[in-house]
Amino acid sequence: MAEIFTDTLWPWVLFIWPWIKIPVLIIVIIVPVLLSVAYLTYWERKIIGWMQYRKGPNVVGWLGLMQPFADGLKLFLKETIIPSGANPIIFLLSPMITFVLALIAWAVIPFDEGWVLADINVGILYLFAISSLGVYGVVMAGWASNSKYAFLGALRSAAQMVSYEVSMGFVIVTVLFLVGSLNLSDIVRAQSGGFWNWHMFGILAPMGVVFFVSTLAETNRSPFDLPEAEAELVAGYFVEYSSFPFAMFFLGEYANMILMAGMTSILFLGGWQAPIPALDVIPGIIWFGLKVAFVLFFFLWVRATFPRYRYDQLMRLGWKVFLPLSLAWVVLVAGIVEFTGA
Amino acid sequence: MAAETQIKNLTVNFGPQHPAAHGVLRMVMEMDGEVVERLDPHIGLLHRGTEKLIEYKTYLQAIPYFDRLDYVSPMSLEHAFVLGAEKLLGIQPPPRGQYVRTLFAEITRLTNHLFNVPALALDIGAMTPLLWACEQREIVMEFYERVCGARLHAAYFRVGGVHQDLPAGLTDDILEWAEKMPSFIDDIETLLNENRIFKQRTVDIGTVSADDALAWGFTGPMLRASGVPWDLRKAQPYDAYADMDFDIPIGKHGDVYSRYLVRVAEMRESLRIVKQSIEKMPDGPVMTEDGKVGPPSRGEMKRSMEALIHHFKLYTEGFHVPAGETYTAVEAPKGEFAVYLVSDGTNRPYRCKIRAPGFAHLQAMNFMCKGHMLADSVSVLGSIDPVFGEIDR
Repeated sequence: MAEIFTDTLWPWVLFIWPWIKIPVLIIVIIVPVLLSVAYLTYWERKIIGWMQYRKGPNVVGWLGLMQPFADGLKLFLKETIIPSGANPIIFLLSPMITFVLALIAWAVIPFDEGWVLADINVGILYLFAISSLGVYGVVMAGWASNSKYAFLGALRSAAQMVSYEVSMGFVIVTVLFLVGSLNLSDIVRAQSGGFWNWHMFGILAPMGVVFFVSTLAETNRSPFDLPEAEAELVAGYFVEYSSFPFAMFFLGEYANMILMAGMTSILFLGGWQAPIPALDVIPGIIWFGLKVAFVLFFFLWVRATFPRYRYDQLMRLGWKVFLPLSLAWVVLVAGIVEFTGA
Repeated sequence: MAAETQIKNLTVNFGPQHPAAHGVLRMVMEMDGEVVERLDPHIGLLHRGTEKLIEYKTYLQAIPYFDRLDYVSPMSLEHAFVLGAEKLLGIQPPPRGQYVRTLFAEITRLTNHLFNVPALALDIGAMTPLLWACEQREIVMEFYERVCGARLHAAYFRVGGVHQDLPAGLTDDILEWAEKMPSFIDDIETLLNENRIFKQRTVDIGTVSADDALAWGFTGPMLRASGVPWDLRKAQPYDAYADMDFDIPIGKHGDVYSRYLVRVAEMRESLRIVKQSIEKMPDGPVMTEDGKVGPPSRGEMKRSMEALIHHFKLYTEGFHVPAGETYTAVEAPKGEFAVYLVSDGTNRPYRCKIRAPGFAHLQAMNFMCKGHMLADSVSVLGSIDPVFGEIDR
């Protein structure tokens, strides 16, 4: 029996293994990501509730912990309404694009030393490209809905995402100058040895702030939530969506939030590295998770505190403040790297 | 031959179901991109024929309709009606009744501003102040409930005074709350006053000069924000306002931010009046002793046949008001709320024209929003403090 296994089956296992390994890893990454998305919505409602003297969800399940699943189930069971004036194909395609783009970006995120699905050398460019493509889902949704509110929301969103990507790009360039690699794992390794080595606490500190604020704009979060400004545009580009297409937009948006928080942690907060070397015994994945949660908390805190920018003010901040600042920092960092040879 | 291109402005239908419409306002906006070129408010979606209904009700039965006009500040509107009816009858409520009415008119102003100030913040995107304010409003609603049994539709003010005296302990609780309230106003102010985004969204938005404000018929905080110190409580004091020591906050610039600041300052002044009216409140009856207007006491009804008949007549037929007409205005939280009452000597008003401040303010929407962006029209609308119960009537 044993010989049959070793002689005939084992080669087959070796042959099939790479084909199984990737889907298994994908599932191992995506399931926790989707669970985090579900519980991000829960924590968002809880934390903002506490900030507003409310309790937040506390009915479905113990402490309301089953609320995300109840919401998901509700959305799943609703009727998918396609407005009569809409272009049905593009209308249904755009939430899929948003959702898929939000998930495939996770392929290059290093959760711990060596814990990365695709350890490619252009990881950061890949992430940047994927997050830039996100605007397509929004614009297509706005156009295909054939509704004025959705249209205005999509236009705002397109302009906003494009303009903040410019300064985000320059921020990333400053990081690349210092690290000298486009590989995300290398960027994290460059920040090892304690929190004083993290980019957030060095010359790149202002860039960290610019990057965080830009991620707020990139994910259409408050105070830059103009595309879905409920007071003006009701819900912006997804005003016509219901049921599961809506859920996909929603999941995609929150997955993007987590992704951006992950990017902030990797670029500026040392990724999986412990804040002081003595704490290295705690697995890196936990540090990474804590850092992402910390950044996400800021997303929620900002939402509970700040009013919303106006469209032109948002553009002014992006082009007249962040862009010159990040450009100047590119020159500064380049100069430092050139003259110190660091 | 050059091809002619016609560029059509985008026409957006804002409302009637819209989260920032403060009820059921429909605005047809002609927009050049994000800039509002023309804005046309359409009202009447909440029209209930209040004025006509009042013509078929006795003076007592008309009072609850006023609660339902501006449901954010119910007692202030009752105030205008009962003052008008008292003027026609030629009676005055006893001093304690006047003080109780003053007290509750100011508490009502506080509830109104407690709702409007954070609602403006919510329109601009800051949602936390509104939820904080709901906590405070809840306390105020309980005062309402204790004094008249209803949280919103009070029907507490009566021609000739108020329905019942204050329950025991209420004034102490109100005083205790009035001591804590300023720190809550401070909280709201720390969150908004110096917030850069809030200021960018409100300063120099929807600016109205003093002359324009007068020309458009602005009253109340809208007028005072433009720098005109006009307040009916000072200009023609009614009830106990003449005895109160308070200031009239005025703004300088007449923009959304000034209106916000004026309202917040008014909340502090209202608290001063609340405290004074409790401290100075005399003892005595709260309802007029005139048996033809005010009902007899319960005890009297058990002993006196005449009192029983009076009670029966008052609550079926009501009292007859001498023929005449009056325009009686009060400083409601939203502005000058007035009732033009015509009596033909019967037990029902011949005509009851209601002057709603929001109606006059809303007509200036196009004037204030033209050339601003879509998002600004929302904050201008929030600064008007419209409630469609009173605008549509």
